[in-house]
Amino acid sequence: MKNGKKAKVLAAVLSAALFVMPLAGCTQDGGAEGDTIKIGALAPLTGDVSQYGVAVNNALKMAVEEINANGGVLGKQIDYMVEDEKGDVTEAMNAYNKLVGQGVVAIVGDVTSAPSKAVAQRANDDGMPIITASGTDAEITQTGKYAYRTCFIDPYQGKLMATYASKELGAKSVAVLYDSGDSYSTGIADAFEETARELGLTVTNKEGYAHGSTDFNAQLTKIKAGNPDVVMLPVYYQDVVLILRQAQQQGLGCQFLGADGWDGVVPQLDGDSSLNDLLAKSYFCSQYSASSDDPKLQSFLTTYKEKYNLDATMFAVLGYDTMYILADAIERAGSTDADAIIQALSETEYAGLTGTTTFDEDRNPVRESVITTFENGNYKVLETYQA
Amino acid sequence: MDFFTQLLNGLGLGSIYALIALGYSMVYGIVQLINFAHGDIIMVGGYAIYVALSMAGMPLWLAVLVPIVVCALAGVLIERLAYQRLLTHNAERISLLITALGVSIFLQNLFMLVFGSEAKTVPPMFGSNSVELGGLSVASSTLINIVVSVVMMVILQLLVNRTKIGKAMQATSEDAGAAKLMGINTKNIIMLTFAVGSILAAVGAVLYCNTYPQIRPTMGNLLGLKAFVAAVLGGIGSIPGAMLGGYLLGVLEQLTKAYITTEVTDAVVFAILIVVLLVRPAGLMGRNRKEKV
Repeated sequence: MKNGKKAKVLAAVLSAALFVMPLAGCTQDGGAEGDTIKIGALAPLTGDVSQYGVAVNNALKMAVEEINANGGVLGKQIDYMVEDEKGDVTEAMNAYNKLVGQGVVAIVGDVTSAPSKAVAQRANDDGMPIITASGTDAEITQTGKYAYRTCFIDPYQGKLMATYASKELGAKSVAVLYDSGDSYSTGIADAFEETARELGLTVTNKEGYAHGSTDFNAQLTKIKAGNPDVVMLPVYYQDVVLILRQAQQQGLGCQFLGADGWDGVVPQLDGDSSLNDLLAKSYFCSQYSASSDDPKLQSFLTTYKEKYNLDATMFAVLGYDTMYILADAIERAGSTDADAIIQALSETEYAGLTGTTTFDEDRNPVRESVITTFENGNYKVLETYQA
Repeated sequence: MDFFTQLLNGLGLGSIYALIALGYSMVYGIVQLINFAHGDIIMVGGYAIYVALSMAGMPLWLAVLVPIVVCALAGVLIERLAYQRLLTHNAERISLLITALGVSIFLQNLFMLVFGSEAKTVPPMFGSNSVELGGLSVASSTLINIVVSVVMMVILQLLVNRTKIGKAMQATSEDAGAAKLMGINTKNIIMLTFAVGSILAAVGAVLYCNTYPQIRPTMGNLLGLKAFVAAVLGGIGSIPGAMLGGYLLGVLEQLTKAYITTEVTDAVVFAILIVVLLVRPAGLMGRNRKEKV
C-alpha cells in the first residue's frame, strides 16, 4: 500500500512537471534578444526516409557544436532545435510552425523534396530564411527569395554529364536508360537529353523502366541496336550494378555515365570483379568524393564515424556545409534580421567540404563537381568539372 | 532481327517464371492450397547461393547444390510446421491461405533481420557474356535459362508419369481419401510434393541470380505473384500448363517492354491475362473440375 501511495505521488509530480516544462520553454522568446541565436532544422528522424534525415541532423549538430566551441556566431552560442517531420508534408508544416513559434532566425531544411517545397513556400510568405541541404527538386528555390539550397538540382547533373560526354569524351551519340518512377532519375534524364540535343549529339534511345524493375534486357537490346557511344544511367547504385551486369551479358560495349546516385556502386559490388573493365570506362559526377585527400573532408569523415558510429553519406557532408554556410551568412550580415541574412547568403563564397560554393540568381549552388571513374573495382577521382 | 532477340529475352525470363509456377501448380494440384510462401522460397534460394558463393567461398559446382538442399528442407519444414496440422484436420481453405501469407511475412522479416534489408549482389556464376546464334546476339544466361527449364520440365514429367511416387502423387491429387485407402501414405506424398516444388524454385533461384544478380528479402513478392499468375494462366494444377504460362508471361512482358511501353508493362501484361482468363476461365491447359457429388 505504501509503495502504491508513493507511486501515486510520483505520478502526480511527474504529470505536473510535464505541464510546466513546455511553459518554461515558452518564456525565453525572441531568437536574437537572448544570449543565443536560435536556428531550427526540419528533418525526418523517423519513418521511411529517416536515414537521410538522421544523416543531415547528425551533421548539423556536429557543425553547431564546432561553431559554438569556436565562439559561436555574432559572439553568441547557436541554440539548435530540430523537429522530426517524418518525411510527411503535413507534419513538416506543423514542425515549421512550431519552430517559428519558438523564435528561430533561420531554418535548415527540409530534407526530401516534397516537404521541402511545402515549407519553402510558407517560409517565403513569412519572410523566414530557409536553406535545404538535400532537396534537389528545382521548384523548391523557385518559391521565392528566402529559399536557398546547397545541393545540386537534378537537371544540373544531367546538363553537366551531357556536356562532359560531348566535350571531354568526344561522344557523338548518346542513349539514356532511367527509372521513370523516380523524379530524381527523370529530372536528370530529361536535362541530359535536352543538353545533348543542344550540343548537337544524336540521342539514339531514351528508355525508361518501372521503379523496382530487375529485368532490363528489352531496353538494353533496343539500346544496343541504336549503337550509341555512351549510355547515361541516372539511377541509384543498386540498379546500376544490375543494369551493368545485364549490359555485359548482352555484349554492350559502350561507355556508361552516371550521376551522384552512383556513389555506393563499389560497396554494392561486394568484391565482384567481373564488371571492372566496364567500370574502368564509366564516369559519374558527384558533389564530393569520399576518397579525395582533402584533409578537412577526411577529418570530417573520421570524426563523424567516431561520433555516430555511421559512415558519413553525401547528406551528412552537405548538411555540415549548409550549417557553416548559414552561420557564415549570419556573421557577415551582422544581425539576425531575415533580409540581412538573405542578402549575406546571396554574397556567399564559402570553401567547405564540397568545394567553394557561391549561389546563382536562382539561389542554387554553383561549384565544381567531382568526376569519378573506377580502377580495379574502386573509385578513382579524375577531376573537378564545371559545365 | 531485334524481334527474335526480344523473343529469346522473353523466353529466358519466362523460364524462371515457369520453374516457379510449377511449384504453385503442383502444390495446388495436390492440396488445393495457394502457397503464397512459395515466392519466398526463391528468396531463400537466392540467399543460399549468396552465402555459399560470397560468404563461404565454395566452388561453383558445390555452391549451386546449396540452394537446392536448403530450399527442399525449407519447403518440407514449412509444410510440416505450418500446413500439416491444418491439412489433416481439414481446416478451412481460408485458414490455409492466411497461414501461407503468415509464413511469407515471417520468412521476409527473418531474412531482413539476419541479412539486412538492403540489396546484395551475387557474384557472376555462368555465362556472363553474349553468344552469336544464327546472326543473333543473345545473352548466354538467356540460353542457359531456356535449356535448364526445359530439362527440368522433362525430368518432372518423367517423375510424375513414369514412377511409383509420381503415380501416388497423381492418385492423391485425384482423391486423397481413396488414395489413403489404397495404402498410399498421403502425408509423405504431400511433403514430397512440397520438396519437389521447392527444388524447382531453387533451380529458378539459381537461374534468377545468374541473370539478375541481386537479391533482397522482398524479392519473392513480385516474382511469386507473376509466377502464380503464370500458373493460373496455364491452368493451375497442370504441369505443362504452368510451363506454358511461364513462357507466355515472360514473352508478353518483354515484347510489351520492347514495342509498347517500358513504364506500365505490368499493367499491359496483366490486362492481357485478364482477357485470356475471361475467355478461358480454367486457364489455357486447365480442366474444369466438376464438383464431386
